[in-house]
Amino acid sequence: MPLYGTALLAGCHLTGILLGELLGRALGVQANVGGVGIAMLLLIAVRFHGHKHGWLQVKSEEGVNYWAALYIPVVIAMAMQQNVVKALSGGPMVLLAAIATVTACAGCVSFINRREVITADEAPKN
Amino acid sequence: MNTLLQKLAVDNGLILSFAIVGLVVFCSGFLSRKLTFGRVQGSAIAILIGLTLAYVGGRMTGGSKGLADLTYFSGLALMGGNMLRDFAIVATAFEVQPAEAKRAGWIGAVALLIGTFLPFIIGVSIAYAFGYRDAISLTTIGAGTVTYIVGPVTGAAIGASSEVITLSIAVGVFKAILVMVTTPMLAKFMRLKTPRSAMVFGGLAGTVSGVSAGLAATDRSLVPYGALVATFHTGLGCLLAPSLLYFIVRALV
Repeated sequence: MPLYGTALLAGCHLTGILLGELLGRALGVQANVGGVGIAMLLLIAVRFHGHKHGWLQVKSEEGVNYWAALYIPVVIAMAMQQNVVKALSGGPMVLLAAIATVTACAGCVSFINRREVITADEAPKN
Repeated sequence: MNTLLQKLAVDNGLILSFAIVGLVVFCSGFLSRKLTFGRVQGSAIAILIGLTLAYVGGRMTGGSKGLADLTYFSGLALMGGNMLRDFAIVATAFEVQPAEAKRAGWIGAVALLIGTFLPFIIGVSIAYAFGYRDAISLTTIGAGTVTYIVGPVTGAAIGASSEVITLSIAVGVFKAILVMVTTPMLAKFMRLKTPRSAMVFGGLAGTVSGVSAGLAATDRSLVPYGALVATFHTGLGCLLAPSLLYFIVRALV
């Protein structure tokens, strides 16, 4: 049943967020430390276990895949509620700081990724 | 009639959002095929349309949540809010190849650290150039350059003025929007092709919203790898900025 998959996803999500909150408290930070990332790792582990031991059914996986497919629409809805007016009206310092950062980070990403050796078996699929 | 429609829109906010976003995605797909012959991805156009609508909404209402501040479109706040966004991001983890993620884990962590220090240094330097001299303001603006959540969290922790905190949020939001818009354009230059490259990008570009929208507009299959790393960004920033980074700045000025 697809709901099992969605419930599993919800379980991983909540556990991850909770662990992220606890990690934040333990470190004395007023923020969730990697909660979503922890939830992702949990889901990867659960899926691995389910496949290995054969308890995860294709029908249940549909309940996760549907939400993964909703990802782009959700991101578009997120774009629709950004505070664009404030971002653009921040004055020269705000614009300069953000542009300089994005430029420097893009340069860094490019520098690191140019060092990656791509072997034939892991070339992009499409 | 107007009140009837308004009631319908408000009572079914989330459902209406699905319809609106569906329409935007459909139009973007059409524009992508007809206008750019598939060169610009449909989702990249959809995100640009979304940001434009957010600007229009912000102008009309003077609020902080873009189009979602209009009564008719208040459901967008739920659909595009943190809860569903994070839920959908976690769901994409189902597509992760564990071996890929494990192999690139260390470089993701390195990118995460550079992605915290580099923006911070740039933010602090530019704030310094614009005449800020006290360690608290410098650190807060530098923290805002990391992400728009790290800025206010740091500012509140070390006691920055509300004016400086507002500036730090503005820097972070503008950075996130820049990442959303420029990632598809810079994808070739940044060699965004493999899971590993997406993890490096997730660590360096920071902000979950910027990374998630930027990768969505570039290559959907890379999203989970970038997001996996990026979701640690805010936490790491909130850990380092009010402590280690603040002490360094205080020692320097």
